[in-house]
Order: sequence, then C-alpha cells, then structure tokens
Amino acid sequence: MSNSSTPLLEMRDISMHFGATKALDGVDFICNAGEVHAVLGENGAGKSTLMKLIAGVLQPTHGQLRVDGSDVFLNAPQAALRHGLVCMFQELSLVPDLTVRENLLLGAPAAGIGWLRGQGLDKAQDVLGRIGGAQIKMAARVADLTLPQRQQVEIAKAIMKKPRLLILDEATSALSASVVEKVFDLVREERDSGTAILFISHRFHEIEALADRVSVFRNGQRVETFMKGDHDYAAIINMMVGQKIEELFPEKPPPRQDAEAVLEVRNYTWEGQVKDVSLTVRRGQIVGLGGLDGQGQGAFLMGLVGLLRKADGTTAIAGQPTRIGSPKQAKHQDIALAYIPEDRKTEGLILDQSIQENLELAALGRSDLDAGDAALYAGALEQLALKHGGLELPVSSLSGGNQQKVVLAKWLALKPRCLLLADPTRGIDVKTKTQIYAILRQLADQGTAILLLSTDYEELIQLCDETHVFFDGAVVASLSGDDLTPQNIIAATLNVSPEPQAAHA
Amino acid sequence: MLDYMRSNRREVIAGVVLVALLSAYLGTHPRGASTYVMTIWANQCLILGLAACAQFFAVVVRGIDLSVGAVMALTNCVASYVLEGSAVGMAFGMVAVVAAGALCGLLNGLIIVYGRIQPIVVTLATASIFVGIALLLRPTPGGAVNYDLADAMTLDVLGIPTALVITAVAIFGFWLPFRRTGLGLGLYALGSSEQAAFQSGINTRFIRLAAFTLAGVFGGLAGLFYSFVTTTGDAGISAGFTLNSIAAVVLGGVLLRGGVGSLIGALAGAFILKTIASLMFFSGIPSLAQPLFEGLILAAAIAIGGADVLRARNKLEVYA
Repeated sequence: MSNSSTPLLEMRDISMHFGATKALDGVDFICNAGEVHAVLGENGAGKSTLMKLIAGVLQPTHGQLRVDGSDVFLNAPQAALRHGLVCMFQELSLVPDLTVRENLLLGAPAAGIGWLRGQGLDKAQDVLGRIGGAQIKMAARVADLTLPQRQQVEIAKAIMKKPRLLILDEATSALSASVVEKVFDLVREERDSGTAILFISHRFHEIEALADRVSVFRNGQRVETFMKGDHDYAAIINMMVGQKIEELFPEKPPPRQDAEAVLEVRNYTWEGQVKDVSLTVRRGQIVGLGGLDGQGQGAFLMGLVGLLRKADGTTAIAGQPTRIGSPKQAKHQDIALAYIPEDRKTEGLILDQSIQENLELAALGRSDLDAGDAALYAGALEQLALKHGGLELPVSSLSGGNQQKVVLAKWLALKPRCLLLADPTRGIDVKTKTQIYAILRQLADQGTAILLLSTDYEELIQLCDETHVFFDGAVVASLSGDDLTPQNIIAATLNVSPEPQAAHA
Repeated sequence: MLDYMRSNRREVIAGVVLVALLSAYLGTHPRGASTYVMTIWANQCLILGLAACAQFFAVVVRGIDLSVGAVMALTNCVASYVLEGSAVGMAFGMVAVVAAGALCGLLNGLIIVYGRIQPIVVTLATASIFVGIALLLRPTPGGAVNYDLADAMTLDVLGIPTALVITAVAIFGFWLPFRRTGLGLGLYALGSSEQAAFQSGINTRFIRLAAFTLAGVFGGLAGLFYSFVTTTGDAGISAGFTLNSIAAVVLGGVLLRGGVGSLIGALAGAFILKTIASLMFFSGIPSLAQPLFEGLILAAAIAIGGADVLRARNKLEVYA
C-alpha cells in the first residue's frame, strides 16, 4: 500500500508539553489515504494527545502538521473539520440534553448558525441501521440512551461528516462483539473508498481484524511503524511496555467449590430487565458476568448494591439473609460490598477533586474507619502502584488507567468482603490491565469474593473461575472449568447452541 | 401528540398551571374576563415575560444575567428621551432603545468570553454600570413617551390585548423558527455540554457572545415595553425585575444548569408569576403576607416539575 504520492497527513517533529510533562516529544508521523493505521501504546504514551492535535482540540508546542503536502494550522476543531479530519472521541462528544437528530446536526458540514435543513441525516440513519442501531429513535434524548447506543450515534455522526481522515479513539469500547464486527465492515468500506483511518484500541484482536499498518508509541515517542503481521503479539507488547510481559493473566488456582459462600443471590428479578437470576460467589472465587451489552448484567450488579427500586429476590451475605437498600447499607462493615461502576468518570470519581478527597469518599460514613487517615489508603495505593504527581492534584490529571486505580483503591481501603466490578478494564492500557488482573487474583487468594462483569471474553475465560452469561435479562449459561471456551461464551451471548448449526445471530 | 407533550413536559405543565391561575384570577376579579382586565393583566405579564426571555438566553448557556433589570432601567431612561416627535423619529427611537439593550448584552458577552470571567460576576458589575448611566440620564423619574404610540402598544387589537399579540409574535415569529437554526441548536449544545459542543466543531465563543447579546436585546425590548406602559423614564426599577426574571425562568422549567427549557417556558413562567401576584391583590390576603404565599406557590410549582423523579426505578437516574 506504499504509494509515492504525498501522504494525506504528515506530522513533523511534533512536541507537546503540558508544563513539565512532555506528552509528545519530537514525533514524526505519516498517515496515508486508503489505509487503516492502528496506534498502540499504554495510557500516557501520547496517543490521545496525538489525536487531539490532529482534531484541532490542542495545538502543538512545537512542530508542523501538513495536509496533502501543505502546512496547516489547526487552531480549533472547525479548522480540522474543514480539512476533512474527523475524530470520534473516546470521551463521548454528544450533548446529553439534545436529541439524536440534533446531535447529528451539530457541527455537521452543512450546518452553520442559520437554518438547519437536515442534510446528511439519511446517511446517518443508514449508518446507524448498518451498525445495529436501527432501533435508536431520532427523537430520543441522548441522555436516555445506553452507553453502546451513544457510541453507535458517535460513529454515525463521524461518518456523516464525510471524513478524509477518520480517527477512531477507543470507538468500540462499549460495543458487543457482533456490533463491533459491523462497525469494522463499515470502516473497511470507508477505507476502500479512500478514507484514511487512525484506529486506537487496546484490544489486540480488534487490531488484528482491522489494521493494515501499526505504529507503537511509548513515553511520548513513536517506537516503530510496521505492517500488520510483521511482529507477533509478544513483540508488540514488548515494544509498548519496553519490558517483557510473559503472561497477561495470572495463573488460575485449582477450583475451590467447597469454600464458604460469601454472596448468594436467589431469583433476582427487576422490571423485566433482570429475570430470575440466581448465583453464588464463594470466598476466593472470581465469578464472571458475560453477555452482550444491556442484557441485564449491568442492572443486576447495580441491584446488588441497592441502586434499584422494587426488585424481587433474596440476597444472603455469608449465609445471613440481608436486604440491601442503598449503597450506604452495602458498604456497611456487616455487609462490606464494594461496587466499581462502569463509567469511572461520572459514577466512580469526582474529577475536579483531588486524589486524596476521592479516596476518602468511600470510607466516609463508615463508623469503624477514619476516612481522613492517609494510612487507610497507603496499602491499596502501594498494591496498585498508582502513578501520581501528588495526592493533592485533581483526579482529572491522571491517565484513564490510573483513574481506575483510584476508584479501586478507595474501595479496597474498606477491605470489602465481596467486590463487584462493572467492566473495570474498559479503555485501559495493557500494562494497567495486567496489573488489575494480578491484583484481582491476589485479592481472591486473600479471601475476597469477586464478581466481574466484562465485555472482553478473554477476561471471562482467563481470569474467572466461573462465568454466567446473560441474555435478555436471564442467565442462559453458567460455564466453568473446561467448558469455559470462547466458542461456548460467544454461543451463549447469542443464545444459540455451541454446535455451528442454524446460528441466527 | 402524546409524545410531543411528553418531550415538552415542562412547558405543558407551566401552560396548565397558567390557565388554571388565569381562570381563578378572572373568576375573582370584580369585572370578570373583560378586555380591560385582560389588557392590564397582559401588559404586566409581558414586561416580566420579556425580562424572563432575556434571562432565558443567559441561563440556557449555563450562565446567569444579573443585569437584566439594569438593562431595562437604562433602556427605559433612553426611551423617555427618544419616543417623542415624528413617526419616523419614533421608529428610529425604538430601534435605538433595543440597540442600547443589545449593546449592553454584547458588552456582557465580550467580557465573559474574552475576559474569561463567570457571568454572575460580570453581570453584577455591569448592572451597576448600566444603572449608573441610567441615573445620569434620569436623576429623577421623568420624561415622556408619545401617548398614541404607547396606547397602540398597550391597549387591544379587535378585543385582543396587544401584549398577547406581541407574545404570539415572539413565540411564532421568532422562537419557533429560531429553534430550528444552527444558532438555536448551538445555545442548547453549549449549555448542556460545552466540551461536546466544542469537539463537535461548534464555535463556542461566538455562541456565548450571541446568547448574551440576545439577552441584551430582550432586556431592551422589556425596557421599551415598560416605557409604553408607564410612559416615563425611571432609573430605579432594576432590582425587582432581575430576581423575578430568574424566578420566572425556573418556574417555566428552564434548568439553571443550562441546556434545558425554552423561551415559551420562560414566558409561561413570567405570566404565572405575575398572575399569582395579581390574584393575591384581589384575594384579600394581607399585603404583608403576600411574599410568603407567592414563595409557597413558587416552591410547589417547581416541585411538580420534579415529580417524575419518583417514578425512577434506578436510583442513579435521580441524579442524572
């Protein structure tokens, strides 16, 4: 795919400094039309900064961007849009109070400040239909959509702008495997019609499926660019972390079915979204919750910490029947549940407050703990190896992976008996993921019961002792031991039998 | 229709409350639903209604405008000089009054956008400046407005109060088309999520500047209409209108956090507030107790708007 013509986008000797930190340091980067270029790197490697420079959100401290061989200065997103550089941001760029239709029109190429004629909406609706979002109503408020639906709208919004260069920054992190496949088909089609695609993902199988060329970034510098297939996973991971990681996942201990039950849920039902779910989590066990998005597994977790009203079913903690009516009750020392929510930026953290203040939030209201005591968190912070420039800095100054560590640390300080996690590694780099896996296993070995919701089936297989797969609110398969295979999990998420017969996905 | 009512729930609630209050008012008024009673009622309502519109444009972009009353006072004083003489002269005079309001709004916007200072601080400061200029123009209430012009604007057209005609023009001639423009959409986007608006390629500076300028325009219109009703210039009218304009937009379902509500809601809120005040006047409640009852009704009305929180089965939705 190497053509001698000028590249669509060329970045020369780009540096970006935030105060003393160098997010990018002398980077040269080239992006060709008709090619999917994957950008890999840990959080903090400079990928997001690179994308923001291209999208005109930030301006480089030093260096020059060239589009079609001529110098450009992108001082605002509008300027980037004029050159056909469109970014689908990891932090969703949808306006919550406006409808889907209005969001699609917002910033569309034809829309100025004058009369809106709705040009391009057909195209957007077409795209939505193709990526499994046909049921999303144009008149629905974005705030009422689920996270995957919002990502689908984001994708439609980006495609609608007829990009020459499309940046997908963790664009599919909340989407289920079947939808991701549809999105990839669409992206391939865009590529074949001459669009350049910049693709950021932390999931290797996605890069494997989509990328033509791969660039690896580390510590603000481009380490290497190569065609896909030139290096294997192990080599790529080594480039990313600069050190060898033998195994992403810790070793699984032998199953302990006889350990005492910490959390027993029977016949849990809520509003037609969760149907008759029963499961048991034992001491030292990691139990997985799988399934496509929005099949009730997320609601089930919320229900366990008392976030849902009018739910039916019984819950027993360590054999004692217990009614949990609110998160405050759930974290009480007699129950000691901890819930790590799916959206760390809005539900897990208060971004503008300092790391220390965020850490104290969970312990506040526990009569047996002194939330202001820094010693309470020292152990958890050390275990998690949190990288920070001072606990008094706002949480927003941390990278995504380190933010998630703060959420984990504030709950681990309470020494929970049972840890409930909703997709804790979504949009987090490989190294931090590996750390989190190791910590979860370590916690389990120390006797914590863990319930892990995940959209990454590798986690459900490699990390979990047992996995329950949800479909339409009910558990359709409970897999453990040798049954815990990718084929079985995928089959269960689609609610078909594992044999390849009459699959109606 | 049902879908429409659900998605515009706030306006529908405000409308129903307004109709109920107005019926009660006309029922208790000794002269009933005559054109005379309606005209006086509508004039009082529209003054606050236009002030609420001004406040709406500031609030919808997650700001607040504490200078609404001051802009009214300043434009009222300007009006007391320029609305006399030839027809052409008065026409230019009206344009000048609204332009004065627009300038005030533009000044607010420029300081807020380029000075990067919070609207509450900026408008608190400019409010004093505007009142100061108004006082220089009219140290004591005085001046005059052409009676024929004032009558034309504040009486009735074929039995329909002119103020209601102006309200209809504001809604159908201005707001509904405006809502369908890129600027109208941009206001909501900016108020709801500035970051998302910016990343979508919206010129957030221009939108904010436009919002505060529009607030100034409507402040000017409020001052102009106030001049038609009172036919004099008075620099001392600002305090009550600023606070009432905020109460009116809240009552009309415009969220102070920005991005939610409409001009129709703001107008309805203002009409409700004035109707309550008029009802009190005729209800025989001691005048000293009136603020207490007005406050209670205000609190109750706002609580109705938040009632759907009780239906949420997922507790996190309560905070959304």
